[in-house]
Amino acid sequence: MTKIYPDAAAALDGVLFDGMTIMSGGFGLCGIPEKLIAAIVASGVKNLTVISNNAGVDDFGLGLLLQTRQIRKMISSYVGENDTFERQYLAKELELEFNPQGTLAERIRAGGAGIPGFYTKTGVGTLIAEGKEHKEFDGQTYILERGLVADLSIVKAWKGDAQGNLVFRKTARNFNPMMATAGRMTVAEVEALVPVGTLDGDTVHTPGIFVKRIIAGANYEKRIEKRTVRESA
Amino acid sequence: MPWTRDDLARIAARELRDGFYVNLGIGIPTLVANHIPAGMDVTLQSENGMLGMGPFPLASEVDPDLINAGKQTITELDRTSYFNSAESFAMIRGGHIDLSILGAMEVSETGDLANWMVPGKLVKGMGGAMDLVAGVKRCVVTMDHTDKAGNAKLLKTCTLPLTGKACVHRIITNLGVFDVVPGGLAIVEAAPGVTRAEIVQKTQATLV
Repeated sequence: MTKIYPDAAAALDGVLFDGMTIMSGGFGLCGIPEKLIAAIVASGVKNLTVISNNAGVDDFGLGLLLQTRQIRKMISSYVGENDTFERQYLAKELELEFNPQGTLAERIRAGGAGIPGFYTKTGVGTLIAEGKEHKEFDGQTYILERGLVADLSIVKAWKGDAQGNLVFRKTARNFNPMMATAGRMTVAEVEALVPVGTLDGDTVHTPGIFVKRIIAGANYEKRIEKRTVRESA
Repeated sequence: MPWTRDDLARIAARELRDGFYVNLGIGIPTLVANHIPAGMDVTLQSENGMLGMGPFPLASEVDPDLINAGKQTITELDRTSYFNSAESFAMIRGGHIDLSILGAMEVSETGDLANWMVPGKLVKGMGGAMDLVAGVKRCVVTMDHTDKAGNAKLLKTCTLPLTGKACVHRIITNLGVFDVVPGGLAIVEAAPGVTRAEIVQKTQATLV
């Protein structure tokens, strides 16, 4: 049985359905699964709940799924760079659940690890804590946060092999490894699909057991959101 | 004369200590990196998954896989390590980061912080701010002392939704440096030429 699919559309075949929940890796536009997002746009699947730290920009990343109104709800920590998002949210066409970034990361980690909930001090005394169970440990107050799982996780790695082993590069790692563990189905896209045995097992970030399908992407745009440079000395 | 943005960054840099692991917020806090004293060993953490953040890249070095939490392109150092977001916030929530310097809209006299949401306006999200203020050992805020209309931003109680309760240790404004102490805020230092009377007039929080 092979995990390798010829392209993003093939890798998502039979996986997508209206109303599903999708986790999408990346921080800003860094490390986003741009080929799989494009294939989801093309599929026309709708009423999606998307769990992702950010919502892309108007014409790239998850912003493309917002433009086509395929997303019903976002679970994110920060959505600041997207006018389409703002318009749809203010028109109440889009539902939004903010999670503190560390809570979001841990909810996904917990979900993938079979942990249904955990206590954290993040957000105690704020709007985030409203309606959540509070509990004292060693004199400190914590709130209960639930683990998160998704029908589908789409992640982007630098290198991968036919076993589904993944290696990420620099800050493009971010939410991708946890999301790979928390999808009932996880599809990975990689910049380089390398022969099994090429990756050093000691440096694999995501073991292949978490990845069900894998594609090699080509011609990555890897758009930069805020190009900031210094003058040479 | 009240302090400028760069003065605030310079004064906030006095919070740094040799061997510290530090997370700097967006805006004035980011400028603190320009004021790390020569010879002092400070490691900057970026919550998107990097420890040991270097300066902005030369045009020839720009790498789309290498950004900071403000989504700006950045460089790595010899000491740099990378990790996923859950591990990043294990550092933050787990109390392993020595210092967080971040901006604020309001701070209360008990150290409550509001910096993420204005009701009725579009809310962009709290990002990692709630985790940072709940987890780091010391939280220092840089901010304007008043809003553009001259209203106090150091208050008895915050009016905006909170980022964290009783989490701020020190506030550095364009008018002075203030510590959160039992009973209210203590004036540690005033900007040159700024009188106590001016600070009292522009502060709603109890000054002790």
